Amino acid sequence: MDVLLANLDGILAGFRTTLSMFAISGLMSLILGTVLAAMRVSPIPILRATGTGYVTVIRNTPLVVMFVLIVFGLPEVGIRPSFFVRAVLALTLYTAAFVCEAVRSGINAVQPGQAEAARSLGMTFGQTLGLIVLPQALRSVVPPLVSILIALTKNTAVAEVFGVTDAAYELHNLIRDHPQAVYALFFGVAAGYIAITLTIAGLGRLLERRLVVIR
Amino acid sequence: MSSVLYDVPGPRGRRRTLIWSAVSTIVFAGLVALVLWQLASTGQFEADKWEPFTRPGIQRGILRALAATLRAAVLAIILSLVWGALLCVGRLSERWWLRYPAGLVIEFFRAVPLVLLILFVFFGFTNSFENLGDRLEDTLPPSLANLLAVDQLGTLAPLVVALMLYNGAVLAEIFRAGIHAVPRGQSEAAYALGLRKSQVLRLILIPQATRIMLPAIVSQSVVVLKDTALGFVIAYLELVRQGQLIYNQFRNIIPTAIVVATIYVAVNMTVSLLATWLEARQSRRYGRQAVAAAEAAIPEATAF
Repeated sequence: MDVLLANLDGILAGFRTTLSMFAISGLMSLILGTVLAAMRVSPIPILRATGTGYVTVIRNTPLVVMFVLIVFGLPEVGIRPSFFVRAVLALTLYTAAFVCEAVRSGINAVQPGQAEAARSLGMTFGQTLGLIVLPQALRSVVPPLVSILIALTKNTAVAEVFGVTDAAYELHNLIRDHPQAVYALFFGVAAGYIAITLTIAGLGRLLERRLVVIR
Repeated sequence: MSSVLYDVPGPRGRRRTLIWSAVSTIVFAGLVALVLWQLASTGQFEADKWEPFTRPGIQRGILRALAATLRAAVLAIILSLVWGALLCVGRLSERWWLRYPAGLVIEFFRAVPLVLLILFVFFGFTNSFENLGDRLEDTLPPSLANLLAVDQLGTLAPLVVALMLYNGAVLAEIFRAGIHAVPRGQSEAAYALGLRKSQVLRLILIPQATRIMLPAIVSQSVVVLKDTALGFVIAYLELVRQGQLIYNQFRNIIPTAIVVATIYVAVNMTVSLLATWLEARQSRRYGRQAVAAAEAAIPEATAF
């Protein structure tokens, strides 16, 4: 317990890194994932194939391998942003594939009559998707997207192994130096992560209640 | 389904599709060319970076590491099925002193990052696991000891236990969804015949729920298989760790990462195909809705 309290500043600083990693990669993967979903339902065969291929490969690759490829691989080809930026990039590319699948299932769940009505008014594919289908789809996929964001929060901990000084990194160092305090350290840092995930889940429920479409 | 979004194209639509296809092909080709050029200009395609993978010694090392990955995954899946079943039975119990603790345990392990769990079990218990491994090495027959890699128990066990704690909690939620997906009439009929609650669960609900949940369980196995890569954190000699040993020796990070990723994608897609096939088969037999309900419980159980 003493070890936990004595190092609280470092742990809290770690959680700030965790949160900024989560916020940036969360926002970017929502955008990239929605674009990928739009590609996967578009009338252009090559866009559909690219989207499908991306999702298939990324969903079957472990996050750790993505991290190795981007955090250690990018400098090899002469691109050297900071560890933080590379970790955010790896998390974004990984999470976007899952966002894509969630949004796509939302698009498929919108009643066909909506898109048919839009088409009968002469709307193009872009208008049908952007004005009619996506707004309804995004509302209905709030719960799975919240699950994905919670998983992203937990996945940020992987960056710990790749040189990002987040909360898990602080825990790793402290636990190595003070093996006698392993319980206090683990439950203390775990409580921080649980607080974050519970907050996201709560905000998600609030958003869901505001956005839900009653049919 | 998505075909509702656009009409069967007429002549103008076909032309537009053609133009956009051409534009996106050029853009993607440009991107791919850029990546390839960047890789080539930094010498990633040079033979000496790929040559190590043709050596029998390296290939054997990769195969051994793949076996280590599969060993951790299989052990973790079996143990998390048991742990998940226990948690699920606890959660469904009528006794509050079983129901609430089981719910708390499920929520806790689902919310904690797997990396933290692995670090906790490793730093807290690796010595005990190593001692256990030494003792097992003396008592078990050598072939079984080899199969279970008891000499690596100090890193294998923390990885497997952490995976079990997390995925067991996720599976408990999947099991609960599966049991709720069995039509109500089944348990009502069983109660009407005078079966006790435990008998209804054991004789009526679990056999049917298992078949409904099978695809969801196989999908979750892919998640476990991917998560074994986190054994890298505590230097368990699985695929990623083996890859690290290779690229530290030959300075070929990108070729190694590509080889390792390809192996994972191949293995996982094989398992995913099994899940898709099972899902189609079970949907035919037990109704699409029941199977979809169990599948839907996976994202709800916040699993990647």
